[in-house]
Amino acid sequence: MDLSFLFFYLFAAVAVGAALVVVLNRNILHCAMALVLMFFAIAALFLMLGAEFIAAVQVLVYAGAIMVLFLFVILLIQIDRVQMLRFAHRQSPLVVIIAVLLLAELLYMIIRGTLGIAPGGADAAAAGAASGSTEAFGALLYTTYLFPFEVASVLLLAAMIGAILLARLDKEEVGGVSRQDMS
Amino acid sequence: MELTLPIPNLRAIMPELVMTFWACLVLVVDVLISKERKTWVGYLALVGTLVTMAFTLPLLGTRTSTFSNMFLVDGVALFFKFIFLLATALVILVSLRYLDIEGVNLGEYYAMILFATLGMMIMAAGNELITIYLSLELMVISTYVLCGFIRRDRRSTEAAVKYFLLGIFTSAILLYGMALLYGLTGTTNLTEIGRALQAKNLGANPALLLAMIFLAAGLGFKVAAVPFHMYVPDVYEGSPTPIAAFISVGPKAAGFAVLARLFLVSLPAIRPQWGTLLWVLCVMTMTLGNLVAMKQSNIKRMLAYSSIAHAGYVLIGLVVANEIGLASVVLYMFVYAFMNIGAFSMVILMCKRGDRGERIEDFRGLARSHPWAAIAFLVFFLSLAGIPPTGGFIGKFYLFSAAIQANYVWLAVIGVANSALSVYYYFRVTMLMYMSDPSGEIRLTLSPSLVFALAVMVIGTLAIGLYPSPLIAAARASMAPIFGP
Repeated sequence: MDLSFLFFYLFAAVAVGAALVVVLNRNILHCAMALVLMFFAIAALFLMLGAEFIAAVQVLVYAGAIMVLFLFVILLIQIDRVQMLRFAHRQSPLVVIIAVLLLAELLYMIIRGTLGIAPGGADAAAAGAASGSTEAFGALLYTTYLFPFEVASVLLLAAMIGAILLARLDKEEVGGVSRQDMS
Repeated sequence: MELTLPIPNLRAIMPELVMTFWACLVLVVDVLISKERKTWVGYLALVGTLVTMAFTLPLLGTRTSTFSNMFLVDGVALFFKFIFLLATALVILVSLRYLDIEGVNLGEYYAMILFATLGMMIMAAGNELITIYLSLELMVISTYVLCGFIRRDRRSTEAAVKYFLLGIFTSAILLYGMALLYGLTGTTNLTEIGRALQAKNLGANPALLLAMIFLAAGLGFKVAAVPFHMYVPDVYEGSPTPIAAFISVGPKAAGFAVLARLFLVSLPAIRPQWGTLLWVLCVMTMTLGNLVAMKQSNIKRMLAYSSIAHAGYVLIGLVVANEIGLASVVLYMFVYAFMNIGAFSMVILMCKRGDRGERIEDFRGLARSHPWAAIAFLVFFLSLAGIPPTGGFIGKFYLFSAAIQANYVWLAVIGVANSALSVYYYFRVTMLMYMSDPSGEIRLTLSPSLVFALAVMVIGTLAIGLYPSPLIAAARASMAPIFGP
């Protein structure tokens, strides 16, 4: 057996384990840190597939930018030690049964169904090297995938305007405090 | 690396280019216009939808694709684009006065509506998973913002948060389905996915079934099908009323466009499976929507459940999934744009500062004081219930007859039974308007733009009912690219 398989299962196990900690741990700060670990494990999986660009983006955007945002939010809402969050609320047995059944169904379908690209295989790595490298990725983005690329830019513009719209303070809403005083 | 930039056919995406330009124009002009004159921005956006329509017209009858076959110009896409543009124009017209009353007269409102419309237009034309996903996000992110537009109002904010949380959750499910499809076939192009599935003979692959279920769930949320409908009443109730009208037509139609294209073009290999899935969704959606609508005392919630039921009727066309079935889907969505935005506009008519006029009781005795408004409401209700001589009757007639012709007799029977049920709650309001005395003075919020929009919708609903043949011919012709030669 290829050694890369061993590493694949190692990183996959770390990713799943960290994801479980995110859901089950009651301290939100620990959850956030476990999430960072999960992002790194996923980035390692991308690296193994030869997709160094996606791996870098994964670390930069997810583990970097988004986690900083998360931590800022956690900082701002000031959770008391007493009042820690419980994500797994007490559910009725019926919900649990349905969830378990759905999970079993999912697993069955994924195990029985063969995907065109096997995880961690040599051909996957070759395909990744062809399409996941930064150069190839950039070339694809400006040729074949030019249209979705442009749609994404409009999407970001709309999202930005929307965020500003919902978050800004209006004069009348802050009660006589002018915008200059606020900033 | 040698890189040759493709030269896309820009003529094919002209409507989208104009729409993008106009949305940005609205944003820029908005800054230059004083706070008292924001209505002008609305008129500018309205002109934008009309100009986009003018740029869509010359494409009629053409069939082409551009950007590496990711963007299609065909009858289906164009027909849906007209539905979206029409709905947007009507929603802008009924919004102009409403924003003043709610005290949120901001130009960005119109820009977000145009961005959402742009997303829908690309959704209907997209022939590639990434394009479809990004345009869908463009549409829903704009609508999340519009739902929460009245920020001082708790219910509006609640609507936005609910729509946003459930929306991103189902978007993730949709994305998972798309990823599975890509994993199975190695391509994101819908046509090539269909071809690869046939070639590799993957019809019996459980992963494909899983992908189909995820896609149906993700898009089922967008069209508000049961059991993905939980958000609908709260979101419609809390959102600004014109936006409730907008969500009930635009994203629903766009969801159907994507659902039809995805299932028919990419997944013909598992036609019986998705046929069964949609059959179940269809029956649940019709029945639950109508049953729960009966018990509502808030007119916006009633219309929300009614819009769920209508999603069920339209699903009949997708279960049938032949030429006439899909032609009746686009036909119905066209009529639905008139009658449903019309019904929501009646709620706008009742709204005053500090009172949204959304209790059904508010309509008591409307016919005595404002007979014309009552007649307009009656026309929309007749149409929604599917009673001749309105457009709603023609739409339902074609849906049900498509089901019978394709041997889905039970589906047609359940559909007709549901229509009969729906008469009850539409006529409850009508009875209140006509048969009882007003409990107090009813003051309507009339503005020229709102009256004009209502006139257009009443005439549209009646005209389609009385003289449907041109529209039916257009709907059938639009289906030619998928089924015809």
